Amino acid sequence: METKKFKRVDGREPEEIREMRAEVGVVPNADGSALFAFGDTIAIAAVYGPRKMHPQHEKDPEEGTLRCNYNMISFSVAERVKPGVSRRSLEISKITEWALRPVLLIKKYPNMVIDVYINIIQANASTRCAGINAAALALAHAGIPMKGLVSSISIGKIDKQLVVDVIKEEEDWEEGEGATDIPITMTQDGEITHIQLDGKISKEDLKKALELARKATQKVYEVQKKALKESLRG
Amino acid sequence: MKEKIEREVVIPGEVLAKGEEYLPGEGTMKKGKEIISIRYGLLEESNKLIKVIPLSGVYEPRRGNVVIGKVEDITYYGWVIDIDAPENAFLPLQEVPKHLPKTNIGDILDIGDMIIAKINGVTKRGIDLTIKMRGLGKIEEGIIMKINPSRVPRVIGKEGSMINLIKRESGCNIIVGQNGLIWIKGKSVEDELLVKKIINFIAERSFVNGLTEEVENFFKSERK
Repeated sequence: METKKFKRVDGREPEEIREMRAEVGVVPNADGSALFAFGDTIAIAAVYGPRKMHPQHEKDPEEGTLRCNYNMISFSVAERVKPGVSRRSLEISKITEWALRPVLLIKKYPNMVIDVYINIIQANASTRCAGINAAALALAHAGIPMKGLVSSISIGKIDKQLVVDVIKEEEDWEEGEGATDIPITMTQDGEITHIQLDGKISKEDLKKALELARKATQKVYEVQKKALKESLRG
Repeated sequence: MKEKIEREVVIPGEVLAKGEEYLPGEGTMKKGKEIISIRYGLLEESNKLIKVIPLSGVYEPRRGNVVIGKVEDITYYGWVIDIDAPENAFLPLQEVPKHLPKTNIGDILDIGDMIIAKINGVTKRGIDLTIKMRGLGKIEEGIIMKINPSRVPRVIGKEGSMINLIKRESGCNIIVGQNGLIWIKGKSVEDELLVKKIINFIAERSFVNGLTEEVENFFKSERK
């Protein structure tokens, strides 16, 4: 086998994450808010609540409810996104809820809802991961009791090479085996709260991908931690 | 201006202490042998009891709290009051002092009126209020401002030291609702606005040490 070094479209190393940026308190009117960016993928999350559940029939008298809303702003990509709810945005909203719910301790808030609004203001793939990272930060910033944060990263398989933090050009790869996209969300202990897979991958490669994700989410966690700890120092 | 932060900022999931000798207090949880934080806030430790004081969050009503609220609706049995908590509170007709005229319920308190009330009880069905005490009842004059409820203890200070300082320096009458709403009544609007400015100043720096001196200096510079 040839040992030629794999070259990524933007010159990154296979395990290199784009420059990350995190900030909390970006939406003054929300109870908690955060921004998270992987390079030019930028997500803003705002948390409201716990507050009264509307519509009332969706109330859960046993425990609090988490309700996420993922939205891509129409100017976030080169071709204008039609505003409003789409099949894709609905799916990602649900996925985000499932990724975050295991770390929340909201038994104390029966009949109430915690609303999370995620807006992607600029997109270059991995938007759901940026959205989940921003949402986790915003929930902590809003003072919601949590077991810990979650960190999310997308692992890709470009032809035969595993890469961390996929960009648009890699997502659309068609040569060789094509592209496989695996967004993964983990707690800081390495427990998986969310994993999706779009494409084809062997068992061995998936195991390797999880290992990569474990390392990468630690790096994401450090950035999140820093953002929360330093927000007071202004 | 140099600002010192005495207490450590902790985030959810952070390990605060290891070992059996520590006790988990508010805002913390036991996980195996470790005590972890479940809130974003400031770490406090006293007598091996570890607590996290939250920096944010909505108001959680407790019995005995004095709150400021707005009349949202009138029913046959009393008033529905919005106290900026996840649930509305209820002020029953019986909890109104006897000397008030009972001709028309809307004459006592109308929709949109602001009141100072005390929480009589928090049950699964809701929050009950009372205004049967001195100092409680309808707000007729002055201004009302809002801060984050987690900053209220800092505005009041240890045994009321901070709020008494502000009252003394400004000559204003101030009532701090535990839900973060604050009523200010002074001799002039300027006085009231000055107090508002100071309270916002405190709320923004609620994590800073030696805030009392800073507030004293603030008054001195404002008085010039």
